[in-house]
Amino acid sequence: MNALSQPAKWERFFWPVVATGLMLALWYYSVRWSGTKVFPSPREVEKGLAELLGHHVLWKDIIDSLRRVAVGFGLAVLVGIPLGLTLGWYPAANQVVNPTMQILRPISPIAWIPVAIIFFGVGDEAAIFLIFLGAFFPIVVACVNGVANVPSVYRRAGRNFGLTPPQLLARVLFPAALPQILVGLRIALGIAWLVVVAAEMIAVDSGLGYLVIDSRNSGKRYDLVVAAILLIGLIGLILDLAFRRLEKLRSVRWGFRHES
Amino acid sequence: MKLRLLWRPLAFIALLLLLWEVGVRRQASHLLPGPWGVVGGIVDLVRHGLLTKYVVASLFRVTWGFALAVVTAIPLGLAIGWYRRAEMALNPILQILRPISPLAWIPIAILWFGVGDLAAVFLIFVGCFFPLMLTAIDAVQSIPAVYINAGRNFGLSSASLVYRVLYPAVVPNLIVGLRITLGIAWLVVVAAEMIAVSSGLGFLIVDARNAGNRYDLVVAGMLIIGIIGLLLDQGMRSLEKVKSFRWGYSED
Amino acid sequence: MPVMQPIAAPLPFTVKTRLSVDRVSMVFERDGKRTEVLNNISLEVGDGEFVCLLGPSGCGKSTLLNAMAGFLTPTSGEIRVDGETVRKPDPRRIFVFQERGVFPWLTVEGNIGFGLSKLGRSEREQRIAHYVKMVGLEGFEKTYPQELSGGMKQRLEVARALAVNPDMLLLDEPFGALDSITRLVMRGELLRIWEAERKTVIFVTHDIDEAVQLADRVVVMSARPATIQQIVNIDIPHPRDISSARYLELRDGIFKQIGLAHKV
Repeated sequence: MNALSQPAKWERFFWPVVATGLMLALWYYSVRWSGTKVFPSPREVEKGLAELLGHHVLWKDIIDSLRRVAVGFGLAVLVGIPLGLTLGWYPAANQVVNPTMQILRPISPIAWIPVAIIFFGVGDEAAIFLIFLGAFFPIVVACVNGVANVPSVYRRAGRNFGLTPPQLLARVLFPAALPQILVGLRIALGIAWLVVVAAEMIAVDSGLGYLVIDSRNSGKRYDLVVAAILLIGLIGLILDLAFRRLEKLRSVRWGFRHES
Repeated sequence: MKLRLLWRPLAFIALLLLLWEVGVRRQASHLLPGPWGVVGGIVDLVRHGLLTKYVVASLFRVTWGFALAVVTAIPLGLAIGWYRRAEMALNPILQILRPISPLAWIPIAILWFGVGDLAAVFLIFVGCFFPLMLTAIDAVQSIPAVYINAGRNFGLSSASLVYRVLYPAVVPNLIVGLRITLGIAWLVVVAAEMIAVSSGLGFLIVDARNAGNRYDLVVAGMLIIGIIGLLLDQGMRSLEKVKSFRWGYSED
Repeated sequence: MPVMQPIAAPLPFTVKTRLSVDRVSMVFERDGKRTEVLNNISLEVGDGEFVCLLGPSGCGKSTLLNAMAGFLTPTSGEIRVDGETVRKPDPRRIFVFQERGVFPWLTVEGNIGFGLSKLGRSEREQRIAHYVKMVGLEGFEKTYPQELSGGMKQRLEVARALAVNPDMLLLDEPFGALDSITRLVMRGELLRIWEAERKTVIFVTHDIDEAVQLADRVVVMSARPATIQQIVNIDIPHPRDISSARYLELRDGIFKQIGLAHKV
């Protein structure tokens, strides 16, 4: 039994169920045997989840978080892709800007929180600004690399057919770089989801991140904390899966590794 | 030629600094420092011995959290990647746990480990564990079957197959994963320090703001975070340049 | 008629000169190292002619072809097409690449229509349909290149080139990556298309048989720095019988010229 043997069809459901069951059992018994009064068992989390779902505040929190991600990520896409394509297109410009970007990029978006609060006050704009920062740099870098890695055959073919530089960018470089850009966008979306939760724990008072910190601070409701964490994971997963569907589009599929 | 390559980026940075200075002078609140203020802030930090202390504290946490994640996640990931059924079994759990912001674990970290180094190390560990594990799984699964068949063909035992074929084949992918993950660790430590501990660069930022709106120290802290993050990234990149790994990277 | 002709044989008076290469040399400098790739090359190609540039791998024949297309500028000398100096790429002469140059993000239709954006919709569709048919890709109009075989991709690239109605086709070892059976079929296809459209074709290859099967004239080039060793007229009408005495005579002549013993 190794990587090369083909599992049967029933195993695709059997093994995940077994593993998840074992995991829940482990959780349940560690809570019981450790005798903790604070940390919830799976059963309590389930009740907590039901409580949250019955509460309309949860839906508001989810929508708030998603709205912030959508706006911040959307702005990063709108600014980052044209900028990244331009920098990839003019290597000379990239050389000028690159050192600055390299220093700004590793600054945790969270570290911008105090500055964001000065600029925008406590509220949506501050959170959106942080998400924008978190998503912006990965997108720009993916576009720069994507354009730089376009095989020269494609550029030469485009020029051969008499394309002007803007046409070359739109009709050859962008589609050729698109698979790599999509990968960058997916990573950026993951970071945006990570940042929104952190930002909501510190800089605003709504959203899923706030739900986590608030459940703890007001009455140590750890069942709600864990339930909210699981919800964050679930929504993050859905976002990621939705994005992966884009990679299946036929005009970009050639750029990805396939199972077949 | 080399000089010309250097002066343009420097001129660009100088231009940004100038814009910053002008922007700061024109604002009414005087909360935000200009570039000179930030330099003063860094000097202040050095004079009080806080700079080294906080940098060491942050790096200490990153090192431990990252190292723990590396020694657990990579062997586990390689094993899971090799056994398809294991991958199948654990995939749903991993997929749900992975997109959880490590920071969302903060209440749990504090509950388990109290406010302190351990909580921060735990958060970094959680933040690194899942990306590393998924990289390792993916690295094993993307080994071309020809390598494995070739290894078998030469009659390698399972152990030497792992050591002589699998390990060298996955290393290039792993190193890329390690670099990205170290970036995440650096991002998480700052956030963790802003909430869960009372030292380190993240704490510096929050503390400087809360205790008297010392925004010169805030921005100084951000700048140092950026520079150290850059150095960490460059360090990992130099690993990618090691000859025996290089075949795995298409670009230079 | 002698088998070998003197260098730079003049064209027959009846044929108009399409391309002239005039004392072209090419030197690359990289990291302070000078590499001379082309050395004083002169060549005239007539309208509608099929010329093969034949030489060992890495001899610089691709460099010459790139210069003809306008992707590279000669260090000295110049290349003229219809009397006009070549300075940049132009849709009147389309380059078909050695590596696959079809765009993987476009369908067969999209690739063939790539150079036709200036045309009206109905005319464009007509042209696409015409060339899809000519290269035998009917039924694959909506298919992406990834799902095509190597031979189909190469035919697609030829169709994309022909669709813009160029005066010249510049083919850089276009069948090099194909298996030998597909390669034979493709040669036949190319000749059929050439006879239908009568484009001027410059075809780079290192395969002596391929050159003798296809070309009106074979330009034999030496190893780097490349010079023209000899220009051989292939005076066999198409379709060529590749076991005929004349074919073998011409082929063996080139074999000797290149300095290969004709034995395995």
